[in-house]
Formats: sequence, structure tokens, C-alpha cells
Amino acid sequence: MQESVLKGRDITFKFGNNIILEKCNFDIYKGDFSVITGPNGSGKSTLLRICLGLLKQQEGTVEIYGKSIDEFSNWKSIGYMPQRVEAFNPRFPATVEEVVKAPLYSESAFFSKNKEEINNIVNKSLSSVGMEKYKKRLIGKLSIGQQQRVFIAKALANNPTIIFMDEPTAGIDNKSEKKFYDLLYNLNKIKGITIIMITHNYADVKSMANRIFCLNNNTIDEKCEAAEGSSI
Amino acid sequence: MIEVLQYGFMQRAFIAGIMVAVTCPLIGTFIVLKRLSMIGDTLSHASLAGIAAGMLWGFYPFWGALVFSILAAILIERLRKSFAGYEELSNSIILSTGIALAVVFVGLAKGYNADLMGYLFGSIAAVSKQDIYIMLFLSAVIIVSVVVLYHKLFYISFDSEGAQISGISVSFLNFYITLLASFTIVVSTRIVGIFMVSSLLVLPVATAMQMGKGFKKSLFISIIFALIAVIFGLLFSYYLDIASGGAIVLFSVLMLIIVLIIKPGKEA
Repeated sequence: MQESVLKGRDITFKFGNNIILEKCNFDIYKGDFSVITGPNGSGKSTLLRICLGLLKQQEGTVEIYGKSIDEFSNWKSIGYMPQRVEAFNPRFPATVEEVVKAPLYSESAFFSKNKEEINNIVNKSLSSVGMEKYKKRLIGKLSIGQQQRVFIAKALANNPTIIFMDEPTAGIDNKSEKKFYDLLYNLNKIKGITIIMITHNYADVKSMANRIFCLNNNTIDEKCEAAEGSSI
Repeated sequence: MIEVLQYGFMQRAFIAGIMVAVTCPLIGTFIVLKRLSMIGDTLSHASLAGIAAGMLWGFYPFWGALVFSILAAILIERLRKSFAGYEELSNSIILSTGIALAVVFVGLAKGYNADLMGYLFGSIAAVSKQDIYIMLFLSAVIIVSVVVLYHKLFYISFDSEGAQISGISVSFLNFYITLLASFTIVVSTRIVGIFMVSSLLVLPVATAMQMGKGFKKSLFISIIFALIAVIFGLLFSYYLDIASGGAIVLFSVLMLIIVLIIKPGKEA
């Protein structure tokens, strides 16, 4: 039997009188490469934010590894890659190393990891995305494709078992996008990381994804025929 | 320089100045990068109401400044939640309230006096031993807090959503930074003055950001810029008999201009 890592039941979310999501049901299993697609304003990012506990649904439940989102505590096992444009100010004075290091101190213990251990994790995360030589560079000085790789390295730093991504290829050129998808494919197939990705470019990822969910008319449907053939 | 330090009041002014130069950029870096630059003005005007209350009712004005700025920090966070989407309104509301209370208290206290002018514009002669003790305590709280929470404060400044998902209590740390900013305002009031304290939270940080360095280096560079501005500002204040706050801020502006000229196009 497949292990459920993320389960949504009857999720309903309203913004004022507007219904954004209504009775959404889905199951995502360990090792899935899941894509959630749908037109602009269909509620994809809202659903992702509910699954991450950033928004609270009015009705329904979300479970991660069998635990209600309110009770789930092992957030270290969750990697998150936000939409690049919302992720940060490119003028923010931070080096690649500082960005990748950031989630490693999220737990309360101030001296929980020593400097060498932190450096090893940072180096390993950066080398897994081919960015180790950019460690000392300012994040804002990198190309968009390189910045996306750094954000993946940041998401990988805590050795997650699930990575959530919100439109990760927005603004990336075709060549960088191809490299990025190759990287995701390896993380999923070789490292076994469950990937849950929101994207418009259904056509580009359908060969990699084993689960395709379509959000339309406020609800989610795994039989996503409307998305077949091209990007939405 | 050594001649200046023969006087007790100048020794106290330099000790206070060094504390200001360390704490302002330390907190200012997070405030600027979280785009909360306005908060310095808000808290300083709230602390002015506390100082005026102290003058009116005869208690030590520093306590008034501390209590009013802490209250302002709490109210700012509460109002931010009430005005979600228009969070900057919380600053305007508290700033207006602070000024209004200060004007009323000053009026009831029968107008302006030299002591109040010292608080408004900064004064090297006004720093007492009692001021120094309180400043030392508040500075220690600020420095220890930033050292202990450095990585979490960096994370919430860089990517607050990512920080929240990783389990960091972003709303508590946002409040804590505002609280530390209120301590910083109280530490700085004597030397820099209420009207200019927010400049010292922002200017050294803005100058350091032009150097194109990472976060930690930018933070240290901003402290160095603030130290230079404070030392030269205090010396000019002594020799030219001008308000120390104005002199310090003008040196900060001068350094920003020099850096902008020397490093054209080098943006952080």
C-alpha cells in the first residue's frame, strides 16, 4: 500500500463571499511527482498555501504524513520553493551561502549544529544543484535560472522528503528551464523526494509527472483532460 | 581627541555614542530590509510623549520614553493585524498619537525648556551617569538578542513565508524586532535626539548596502559607518558648539554621498 504524504479532504476556502476552493479532495503519495495546474486565479497558490499552513481553510482537513496540519511539527522535512518574483528582493544583500544556510537554524537550539557541519550541508546542497562555485556571490547578482537553483539548494538544506514549489520556472529562459526540470527529475527519481509543483506549463512537465491535478471551477480533479496537449 | 576626553561629560557622551553607533545599525539593518523604515519615526515620537510626561509629572524622562515606546511597539503590532493590507497605517496612527500627547504634555508642563530641546536635537552635555547605566543595560539586551536570534532574524527578513513554514514564529519575531527598535530609540535619544534618531537607524545601513556585500558583512560595515559618524559628530558638536544629533546625521549623509560617488552603479 502506498504511503500517503499529503491528504486533502473537502477543503473549502472563501475570500469574503468569493468561493476560491470548494470541496477539494486529493491524495499524494510518497515518491510522487505531482503537478497542480489550472488557469490564472483558479486557486492553485491558495491550495498550496493551505497545505503549508500559511492559510486556514474554512472547511475540510489537510494531513501531512497522517497528521493534521495543526498537529504536524516536523516542518524540517518540508522544503518550499516560492514563486521567484515573490521570493525576495534582488537587492537584498545576501550571499548564496547565507541564503542556503537560513533554514538550518529554524529550530530553537542556537548551537545545535557546528560551523563545519553547517558548511558541509551548504556545500552538499549547492553541489547537488551545480552552484557550489557561486557560494560567495550575492544572490541578486545571479541570473534568474541560477537563483532558482539556489532556492532549490535552500529547500534541500534540511534534507526534506517533500518539496512544494509554486511556479518555480516563472521568468526562466527555455535552456535554464530544461536544466531545472532535469534537476527535479533526478531529485524525484534518484533521491526519492516527493515533489508537489504548481505550474502553468503542463506540457513541459507531463513527461516527468506521474500525477496531474487540474484546478478548475473551484475544485480539483485528477482526470485533467482539459490540460492535455498544451500549456494552460 | 584626548583633550576632549578629559571632561567627564565628553567621556559619557562618547560611551553613549558608541552604544548608539552599535545598536542603531544592528536593529536598523533588519528594519530597513523588512521595509519598516518608518517605524523609527513612529517609536521616537511615542517616546517623546513619554519624555514630556516625565517632565510634566516629575519622574525620570527616560522611564517615560521607555514605557511609551514599548507601548507603541505593542500597539503597532496589534494595529498591523487590524489593518491587514494597509499595515503602514499603524505607524501613522501611533506617530500622530505620540505627537499629539507630547504637545499636550509639553503645553501642560508650561512650554519648552533646555532639557526638552536636548531630547529633541541631542546634546553632548546632557548625558548623565544614570542615563549611561540604562543605556548600557538596553544595549546589552539588544546586542545579546541579535546575536542569539541572528539567523532567524535573517531568515524572516529574507523570506518570511519560508521562515514561517520552517517553524519559526514570524509574528513573535516581528514584534520582538519592533520592541528592540523601541529600546534602540531610548538608547539613542540623548545623543542623537528624537527628531533624528530614525536617520541613524537607516542611513548607515543604506550606505553599507551600497558596498555590494553579503548580509553579515553589510551589518558590520554599517556599524563602522555609524561609529565614524558618531565620533566625528561628537567632536564637531564639542568644538563648534552645535547639536550633536544634527552633526552625527550630517556625517552619516556625507558618508552616503561619498559612497554613492565612489561606487557608481554598485547596488546591493
